[in-house]
Amino acid sequence: MFLLKLAFRNIAHSGIRAWLNIIALSFAFVAIVLTEGLYDGLSEQVKDAEIDSNVGGGQFWQKNFDPYDPFTFDMSHSVIPADLNKEIEKGNASPVMIVSASIFPEHHIQSVRINGIDPDQKVVNLPAAILKGYSDTDYIPGFIGSRMAKNSGLKTGDYVSTRWRNIKGTFDAGDIRIIKIIDIAAPLNDREQIWIPLDKLRKMMQATGQATLIILKKNVDKINTISSDWVFKDQDFLLKDLNENIKRKKIYSTFFYIILLGIALLAVFDAQVLSIFKRRKEIGTLIALGMTNWSVNLLFAFEGCMIGLFSLFAAVLYGFPLLYYLAKKGIVLPTMVQQSQFAIGLTLYPKYGLKLFIMTGMILIVSVFIVSFLPTRRITKLNPTAALKGK
Amino acid sequence: MNNSCIIKINGLVKDYPMGKKFFRALNEINLSVNTGEFCGIVGPSGSGKTTLLNIVGALDNPSDGDAIVMDKNVNDLNPKEAAKLRNESIGFIFQTYNLLPVYSVFENVEFPLLLLKKNKEERKELVMRALEWVGITDKANSRPNQLSGGESQRVAVARAMVKSPTIVIADEPTANLDAANSHNILGTMLRLNNELKTTFLFATHDEKVIGYLRRKVVLNDGRIVDDVKVN
Repeated sequence: MFLLKLAFRNIAHSGIRAWLNIIALSFAFVAIVLTEGLYDGLSEQVKDAEIDSNVGGGQFWQKNFDPYDPFTFDMSHSVIPADLNKEIEKGNASPVMIVSASIFPEHHIQSVRINGIDPDQKVVNLPAAILKGYSDTDYIPGFIGSRMAKNSGLKTGDYVSTRWRNIKGTFDAGDIRIIKIIDIAAPLNDREQIWIPLDKLRKMMQATGQATLIILKKNVDKINTISSDWVFKDQDFLLKDLNENIKRKKIYSTFFYIILLGIALLAVFDAQVLSIFKRRKEIGTLIALGMTNWSVNLLFAFEGCMIGLFSLFAAVLYGFPLLYYLAKKGIVLPTMVQQSQFAIGLTLYPKYGLKLFIMTGMILIVSVFIVSFLPTRRITKLNPTAALKGK
Repeated sequence: MNNSCIIKINGLVKDYPMGKKFFRALNEINLSVNTGEFCGIVGPSGSGKTTLLNIVGALDNPSDGDAIVMDKNVNDLNPKEAAKLRNESIGFIFQTYNLLPVYSVFENVEFPLLLLKKNKEERKELVMRALEWVGITDKANSRPNQLSGGESQRVAVARAMVKSPTIVIADEPTANLDAANSHNILGTMLRLNNELKTTFLFATHDEKVIGYLRRKVVLNDGRIVDDVKVN
């Protein structure tokens, strides 16, 4: 207790160096929490966006459908069974038909995936309603995402010649008119894809009442079907790749965490070494006054530890309002990030859990104590008579 | 006054390693100091004065021989016991004052009492009494960097005396002071020696200090060459 009081007194009376250390450490704490919060927020937002705009509460896949093999698309259409149709009518599910096709923008050829979606659907977060009112047009209305627009060079109002093969295996062609380019959060719904009305696509494919997959509403539990043509894929399965991707990215985040913490600890270590060097005479005096080398050693370690505690306190003082503000207002992402392969919105909202604060705080305190203690070990070997002379 | 022997040194040797050889700083020192003495170890620089005081103050160990301070052989003390001896019984005064720079005068003088775990009231009373002894109560809240050399040394004397130690070890206490301040400090120490019967052991080659000594032990090249009582 006595040493703690002394350590407190020494810190309180010490010069700007200790306070600079405190500020530097508190920056590190806030930066670590913010970085981790950004990462967690990003992961959660990506997942949410993926669920909202693509995965839903799970999907029924036509048994031949393999999203990674476009050659299966031609064989991946089946008539929707009655039990699933009932759920679609209730608004609990929405059918999507997927067809591989080729488009010819600006005299080039490009393979695309044409998705037929019900313009009245409210199951996934896609602006399908903009496809309404084009039933009598001689062209096919379609919208694309901004990533697709960038890759293909298509603009709103453009017509693009499209070639596909219907379920009988016959090639057919027509013009798709791009009626809108939208920002689609999930890249899986954007790149090399064109969204058109489901009815139009069914007509193009001569596949009345058929679909490739049926997306369930987010909060709808698994629906059973007696049809063996349809296989249910739950959220875990559909998000497996994303979760693995997030895990991989977490390694980078951990690396950044270690770098930040390392820099902060290096500053403390350096300050402690310098402090012991500069305060040798004081150390000698303390020993002459009746302290043991070990207690002087502990005193210096406590001083280091208190710097850690004070930095946490400082971080709470200015960091909490800042972190709270960022969590509420979010951080507007630059276009480059929006174009990435992750499904993120325009604004990223950091997410901090209590565990993050407690763990980071504890790691900081413990590591500060260790790096404060390590240089003080030389005090135990210090000759008091030499120390008294500042040697 | 009990004139019992408080410091007993027999055949004391101190060697310092110098490369592959050793430098003998103290050579077969035999010395006894009684309670209440105002004794000075006198000699030129490098004669071994500070080394001898450091051993008596349990800050250093002899290479050979015995240094018995208050019935405790310094050589046998572990670091904790040595610290206890210094804490309870020995006060130090240094040439460069060695005040703790971040503490006020009051806190500097209070420090030995904190180590002795005295309560707050007692600490305050003892600190103010010590500051009165050296006539510096008005500087209680000052920081060491606001004090002159003479004032700093008076604070150091107060810090050494505040716990009423049995022995005060003063290593060149006036080396950094002008004549007026030196006489002032020495007068204060002599008065405290008379009033409190504290044993003072100086290391000095300052003629002003030598004039105040009641016993002069002359050291040269690590050997005692003279030991005279002065009236």
